[in-house]
Amino acid sequence: MRLTIWGCRGSVPTPGPDTFRYGGNTSCVEVSLDDGTILVLDAGTGIRALGFDLLERGAQRVHLLLTHLHLDHLEGLRFFAPLWDERVTLDVWGPPSPVSSLQERIARSFSPPLFPIDLREVPAQVTFHDVPREPWTVDGTRLVADLVAHPGPTVGFRIETATSSFAYLPDHEPALAGIADRSRDWISGAVIAEDVDLLLHDAQYFEDEYEERIGWGHSSVADAVAFAQVVAARRLVLFHHEPLHTDGSLERLEARARSLADGNEDWSALAREGMVIELP
Amino acid sequence: MGKPRSKHLVLILAREFASNLATPTLITDERGWLVFYNEAAEAIFGRAFSEVVEMPLEEWTARFEPRTLESEPLPLERRPSGIALYERRAAHERFRITSVDGVEREVSVTAFPLFAHADELVGTVTIFWRE
Repeated sequence: MRLTIWGCRGSVPTPGPDTFRYGGNTSCVEVSLDDGTILVLDAGTGIRALGFDLLERGAQRVHLLLTHLHLDHLEGLRFFAPLWDERVTLDVWGPPSPVSSLQERIARSFSPPLFPIDLREVPAQVTFHDVPREPWTVDGTRLVADLVAHPGPTVGFRIETATSSFAYLPDHEPALAGIADRSRDWISGAVIAEDVDLLLHDAQYFEDEYEERIGWGHSSVADAVAFAQVVAARRLVLFHHEPLHTDGSLERLEARARSLADGNEDWSALAREGMVIELP
Repeated sequence: MGKPRSKHLVLILAREFASNLATPTLITDERGWLVFYNEAAEAIFGRAFSEVVEMPLEEWTARFEPRTLESEPLPLERRPSGIALYERRAAHERFRITSVDGVEREVSVTAFPLFAHADELVGTVTIFWRE
């Protein structure tokens, strides 16, 4: 399993010299499996560059897994080159809503006044799927989705091969429902992340910033570390960077995470655009 | 690499909500198993939830001998919790119980079902009102 981070910024794109090292594109992670299967996690602006790369590589089948439909996780989809290629088959998986279908909700962003071209007119063969309530497989890879604490229907994803596991919780506020002093089955997102080899988790805020933003759906670095420790993740990557955080701020946040983890420098790291992580 | 399911997010959030209430509140899952009651409910049930294991609500409540105001036995399906669970609708009722300290109490109870989707019952909430 090979992960490539194409965007790790939260909330809004932040291009510029202050965000050059860690990147300004919003959430998008590519997961490439040994058998050629391509999973794309979220469609923030990072998906635009990924799309061109996938076409160059000749990819004709892509699975897009959407954690939720907030703009910073969807805004790049309209500019995802494979969507505009009739040879491509795109399966879009996302959280069910009690109100309308996944396709109907995504179609809103492909309609006036937001966009000139209707979703029905895209050339690719697109199929929309509500994520199943039970684990399912895509080309032999086991996937698990579960609702997590974040405003609106939002899921986290767990991806498992025979030899490794990876959890993706980019927008998650487990502290809102409690992390400490309870069994794992009472912790939001724990079933997704327990015992994984790699956890990409929301760490948008420093602790004092979080105190002013409780209920916004994101985590402090301390809560990200506490969650990762409770679920026994073997490695933590801090994700969904606060738009106000410069590269220097982010490096202080990373240092804070490492101090919270007893100085263990190998266990946690900042997500960075262009970062590639190989799992066995 | 099979993993057990966690509690549904709606139950997790309901528990956190209840744990911050001063009103005695009890939560069951979709099977009707008692999965949580808050600190305020300890006065009614006589022990902390941490001392209790998850069990069917019917089994848990039997020890309190719920009965009508006319002292007729009141089975679960006629109590608000049972109506919320089996009929999937809100209900309110006054009835009598005997607390673990042996004191007979008249309680006023509201219960309602928790739906994650129109067809997906994930649990119930029962609230005990002080009057």
